Amino acid sequence: MSTATATPARTYSSYSAPLWKRWLVTRETAVIVLTAAVILYSLANVPNFDGPLTLKFLLQDIAPILLIALPMTLVIITGEIDLSVASIMGLSSVLLGVLHDAGMSVPAAALLALLAGLVCGALNGFLIAYVGLPSLAVTIGTLALFRGIAVGLLGTTAITDFTEKWADLATGTIGDSRIPLVMIPFAVLAVGFVVLLHFSTFGRGVYEIGLNDEAAHFTGVNVARTKMVLFLLSGVVSALAGIYFTLRYGSARGDNATGYELQVIAAVLLGGVSIFGGRGRLHGVLAGVVLIGVLSSALRLESVTVNVTNIIVGLLLVASVILPSVLGWAGSRLPRKASAAPAGPRPDKDAATADV
Amino acid sequence: MSHTDIERPGTSADVSAGEALLVEPSRLSPTRRALTTVLRSRELSIFLVLVAVVVLATTKNNSFLFSADGWRNFLLNPSILLLLAVGQAVVIITRNVDLSVGSTMALTAYLTGRLFIEQPNLPIVVVLAACLLMGAVLGLVNGVLVAYGKVPALVITLGTLYIYRGIMLTWAGSDRINAGDLPREFLSLGTKTVVGVPVLTIIAVVVLAVVGYYLHTARGGRELYAIGSDPDAAVLYGLPVRRRLLAAFVLSGALAGLAGALYTARYGTVSSSVGSGIELQAVAAAVIGGIAIFGGSGTVWGAAIGAFLLITINRALPSLGIEDFWQRAVVGVLILGAIVLDRILARRQARKLAESRDHA
Repeated sequence: MSTATATPARTYSSYSAPLWKRWLVTRETAVIVLTAAVILYSLANVPNFDGPLTLKFLLQDIAPILLIALPMTLVIITGEIDLSVASIMGLSSVLLGVLHDAGMSVPAAALLALLAGLVCGALNGFLIAYVGLPSLAVTIGTLALFRGIAVGLLGTTAITDFTEKWADLATGTIGDSRIPLVMIPFAVLAVGFVVLLHFSTFGRGVYEIGLNDEAAHFTGVNVARTKMVLFLLSGVVSALAGIYFTLRYGSARGDNATGYELQVIAAVLLGGVSIFGGRGRLHGVLAGVVLIGVLSSALRLESVTVNVTNIIVGLLLVASVILPSVLGWAGSRLPRKASAAPAGPRPDKDAATADV
Repeated sequence: MSHTDIERPGTSADVSAGEALLVEPSRLSPTRRALTTVLRSRELSIFLVLVAVVVLATTKNNSFLFSADGWRNFLLNPSILLLLAVGQAVVIITRNVDLSVGSTMALTAYLTGRLFIEQPNLPIVVVLAACLLMGAVLGLVNGVLVAYGKVPALVITLGTLYIYRGIMLTWAGSDRINAGDLPREFLSLGTKTVVGVPVLTIIAVVVLAVVGYYLHTARGGRELYAIGSDPDAAVLYGLPVRRRLLAAFVLSGALAGLAGALYTARYGTVSSSVGSGIELQAVAAAVIGGIAIFGGSGTVWGAAIGAFLLITINRALPSLGIEDFWQRAVVGVLILGAIVLDRILARRQARKLAESRDHA
C-alpha cells in the first residue's frame, strides 16, 4: 500500500483540461464558427446578401426570437420549458391594439400590454414554481389559454390604425446605419441577461437548479423564487416582443406570431442549451438565433423556398443533439489511440490500480 | 409489517372501498373492485364533463345532437384527433412526446392525394396501407433517434416536425389537392355512415379498442407503463426498453399516417397548413384525459375522451351563446384544471398510502 502514499496530491487543475481548451472547444464555439462560416460564404456567393437592406430585414425578422431567446435560455437551463411565449406575444399584440383603439396612446397601451405579460408569466410561474406542476403541461395549457383570450378579444378582425410615428420607430434604423432601432433595447436586455446568468449568484442558482434542484435547495438556492422570476421575465420579454411585432407590421391580430414558441426553442437548443437543464450559455444561443436567421435570409435570396429552410433547421437541430452521442459511440468502437488518453498523469487511475 | 401480522387494522369495515382499492385491491371482491376502479377513475370524471357539455348544448339547441347532421358531426369530427391522441398517449406513457405527428399527417394527407392523381383506380385499402406504412417509417426515424441517440424526444420530434413539414412542402410545391382529384368512393368514405355511425369513427374506435386492450393486458403494454414510471429501473429489470420505445414511436407515426389519409377523405382538400398545431392538441387531449406528462400513468380511453371533449367544446360554445373564438381559452382552462386536479388526487393518494403504512 506504500504506492498509494506516493501518488501526487490530487488537485483540481490536474483533472481539468487546459484553460484555452475549456474556453474554445465548446458547443458555443462550434455554433459561432458555423454561423461565421455561413455568413462569409453568403457574402461571397449569394447575390445581394451584402446589399443595404439584407442586414436590416434580417435583424428585424429575428428580433422577436432574439428577445425571447434570452429568458427562454434561462428557463431551459433550470430544466423547465415555456411553450406559452408566442401566445403571450399574441395577447400583448391584441391588448395593444384594443387599448389603442379605445383611445389610449401607444406608450400607455404598451405599458399595460407589458403588465399583462407580467401577469401571464406570474400565472405560469405560480403553477410551476409554487404548485409544482410540470412546466410542459402547464405551458401547453397556458399556450391555449392566452391565445384563446387574444383570439376571443379580437375575433378575426385586425386593428391597423397605429400612429405613423410609432410604426416608424419600430421599422427605423439607428442613424444612417443598417442596424434597426429595436437592436438597442435588445442589446440592453442581452447585457442584462448575460450579467444575470453568468455573473451573478442568481445565475449560479439557475445552473444548480438545472443540475439538481434538491441539491440546489440544500445549498441555499431559493428554487421556487428563482423559477418564478424566470417565468415573470419570460412573460414580460414576450410581451415586449409582441409589441414590437405589432408595431413593425402595423397590425394587431389574435393569431400574430403563431408557432413562434417552437422557433425560439429550436434556436435555443441549437445554441447548445441542454433540454435536461444545467448546461448552455447565452452567446451560443444568440449565435444559434443568428445562424437560423442568416440561413433563411441567404436561402431566400437564392430563391430557395422556406420549405428547404425548414428542413435545414430541423436537420441542424437533430444533428446538434445527436452528434455527441454518435461521436461517443464511434469513439468507443474505434481501437483506443494513444492520443485519446489524456496527456497528463492520471493519479486517480494509478492509485486505483496500485491498490488492487 | 410482515405477512404474519394477524391484527391488521381496518379489515373492510372501517376502510372505504376507495382506500382498500389503493392499499390492498385483493381484499375486495372482483366485481366490487372493477366497480370501484371505474367509479374512481379520471376517465369517468372527464366523461361526465363531456356528458355535461353535450347535455347543456342540447338543451339550448336541440339539433346539437338530435339532428342527423348534429349526431354525425358529434361522432365524426373528433375521429382524426382521436387517432392522434391514442398514438400520443402511448408515447407519453413511456415518458416521451411526439411533436412531429402534425407534419407526419400532412405528409400522408398529401401522399393520399398524389397516389389518387397518379393512379385513379388504386383500391382504397392500398392507399390506406401506404399511408400507414409511410407514417410508420417516419415514426421509426423518430424512434431510432430517441432510443439509440439517447436524446430527449422533445428535441428530436421538434426537429422532425420541421423536417417532415419541409419535405411535404417541397414535394407539394404550389400544388393543392382538391376534391376533384379524388375518386368519389374515397370521398364518400369520409362522410359515409353505417347504422348511424360514421365509418371514420368506427376505424378510430377499433384502433382505440385494440391499443387500449393491448396496453391494459399484454406484456408489451404493461412494459410501456413500467418504462414510463422509471426508465432506469426498466433497464435494470431487463425490459427491452429500446424495442418498446421504437414500437411506441412507430405506432404514433403509423396512426398519424392513417389520420392523414382520413383527413383527405373527410375534407377533400390538402393545403400546406394541414395538421399544423394539431400536435399540441393531441398532447392536450392526452393530458386532459388523465395521462401524466411524466409518463407511467393514464389510459388511452382517457385520451380518447379528451379528444372528444376538445372537439365537442369547440362545436358546443356557439350553442351555449359564447363566441367560438373563446374555444381555445376554454381548452386552456380545461388543461390547467386537469393537471391541477391530477396533482391534488396524487397528493391525496400518497397521503392515504402513507397513513395505511403507518397503521400497519
